[in-house]
Amino acid sequence: MRGARNFLKFLRGEPFAAVGAAIYSVIVVVAVFADWLEPYAPRAILKVGPRVARYLPISAAHWLGTTSSGRDVLSQVIHGTRSALVVGLTAAIAVVAIGTLLGLLAGYLGGWVDRVVSWLADIVLGLPFLPFMLILAALTHPGTGVVIFTVAALLWPNTARVIRAQVLSLRERAWVEAARVTGCSTARIMFVHVLPQVLPLAALYGSVAIGWAILAEASASFLGFGDPETVSWGVMLQDAYANQALSRGAWNWFAPPGAAIMAMVLAGFLISRGSEKLLFPKLAEQ
Amino acid sequence: MSALLEAVGLRKTFRARGRLVHAVEGVSLAVAAGEALGIVGESGCGKTTTARMLLRLEEPTEGGIRFDGADITKLHGNALRPFRARAQLVFQNPFDALNPRFTIRRSLTEPLRNFGVAASEHRERIDAVLRRVRLTPPESWLDRRPHELSGGQLQRVVLARALVPEPRLIVADEPVSMLDVSVRAGILNLLREARDALGLAAIYISHDLALIRYVCERTLVMYLGQVVEEGPTAALIAEPAHPYTAVLVAAVPVARVDQNRAALPVRGSLSDAPPTAPGCTFRDRCPHAMPRCTADTPALRSISGDRRVACHLGDLP
Repeated sequence: MRGARNFLKFLRGEPFAAVGAAIYSVIVVVAVFADWLEPYAPRAILKVGPRVARYLPISAAHWLGTTSSGRDVLSQVIHGTRSALVVGLTAAIAVVAIGTLLGLLAGYLGGWVDRVVSWLADIVLGLPFLPFMLILAALTHPGTGVVIFTVAALLWPNTARVIRAQVLSLRERAWVEAARVTGCSTARIMFVHVLPQVLPLAALYGSVAIGWAILAEASASFLGFGDPETVSWGVMLQDAYANQALSRGAWNWFAPPGAAIMAMVLAGFLISRGSEKLLFPKLAEQ
Repeated sequence: MSALLEAVGLRKTFRARGRLVHAVEGVSLAVAAGEALGIVGESGCGKTTTARMLLRLEEPTEGGIRFDGADITKLHGNALRPFRARAQLVFQNPFDALNPRFTIRRSLTEPLRNFGVAASEHRERIDAVLRRVRLTPPESWLDRRPHELSGGQLQRVVLARALVPEPRLIVADEPVSMLDVSVRAGILNLLREARDALGLAAIYISHDLALIRYVCERTLVMYLGQVVEEGPTAALIAEPAHPYTAVLVAAVPVARVDQNRAALPVRGSLSDAPPTAPGCTFRDRCPHAMPRCTADTPALRSISGDRRVACHLGDLP
């Protein structure tokens, strides 16, 4: 209750964060009610009389027209929110979990744990994102699993570094020492006393990771490493590109999924921008 | 009289930027059950490091610590927990000593939970301890968070947290130096009442002899990591045996603005002579320094019964 009230108060004071949160809310609602909202089955090949309804322009029956194979664009965009949310949230949770855990261990325990984690982070940060994902997709089988794995495996160092720095300063606080004096085990100090203090920061990095995951999924799909059976914004773009939607000027086909991707990525950055003041009060003073 | 806590030859060396810093140089002390011991000295003299070693928050580089007859120097993890339950710490800065996200209830439940007190007893113990520190009625404080409390109230909670596991020893590191002068006496009196009622031993760490005189029966004076004088507080203040103790006594502020005071019997500043070199560490600042002070290190020796001093003055070879 207290958390929800504080969150609303925070949104009122931070228009950036409020817009970001609004975009996320819309996408979640659309994803949940996608079956009711989409006017046609997203992969159904529609017909006009005996002929396939290809490249229909915007009309009352098809608000965003149809694709080269006669599928309703609006229905696909609506259905695409689901895969976007699944990919985005799963990858974000994985990034936050790995990054927070390793950052917490490295920051609190120090010593060789810190050295190993920092060394791993340096190596991972040196890996090029797209080639890594494409090679992985080529070696295994393409699909969202590869996307989520890549985002989780390559983006955790950013979260881990920030959490580590935060934990380094928290561990010097007297109340951490008080936890030791009052009989807390090291694990209890880390997970019960220190972890809750860094969770807001971790969540912030999670919201940025959502955007990264969706971009990664779109890139992989666009380059043909997506799962063509799923309906996602990236697969839509690839479909449009492969069928010369650009040269035909069928912007009603490729613009909506592009805009949807942009909106969702933007939402993550808006939230992180809006949270700056909350998390780094010193910045706000300047 | 057997000691509750006894430390022998405590030494602590830190490595800072490749340089060795000798924070504590062979401190031995003992506290009897129910006794209040003061440790005074200026900042950097090693008094806090000594206290942290006594509580096993800092690993001694050398030396041993016994609590209630048992050697606790090498204990770790779960083996250390019974000692933790019986030796508690009152922090200097009450604004930083409580987890800002925890309610008072949660902060006071933590020690009980960790020390294996049955959950059914928690409420009763917490209520009792809040009454003891005069945060009444207890139920109106339980669900508050640290940011809602003043410094004096926070320090009462910190004291309550130290008392709730029913310890036998309290270490108070500058317990009132961060508080408004107006609430200092209140906190010190609470501590003393709790000690009297529960028969607690206490170690007070302070730079302030006036505070030490108010609460401690016996006092250690530390200078640059070593004990330079030890004895009953009253005698030590009335008749300092070590020139450094005399400086501390002369530096105690007096509540009279119009009086003329003699200059402090000290000169120079902290010596940076390596502590391994022979000689007295205070010789550069001492008004009584003599050739012998450079040549050999004064050992702590007994003078008149229960007083000890590490100074060549009055020690005729």
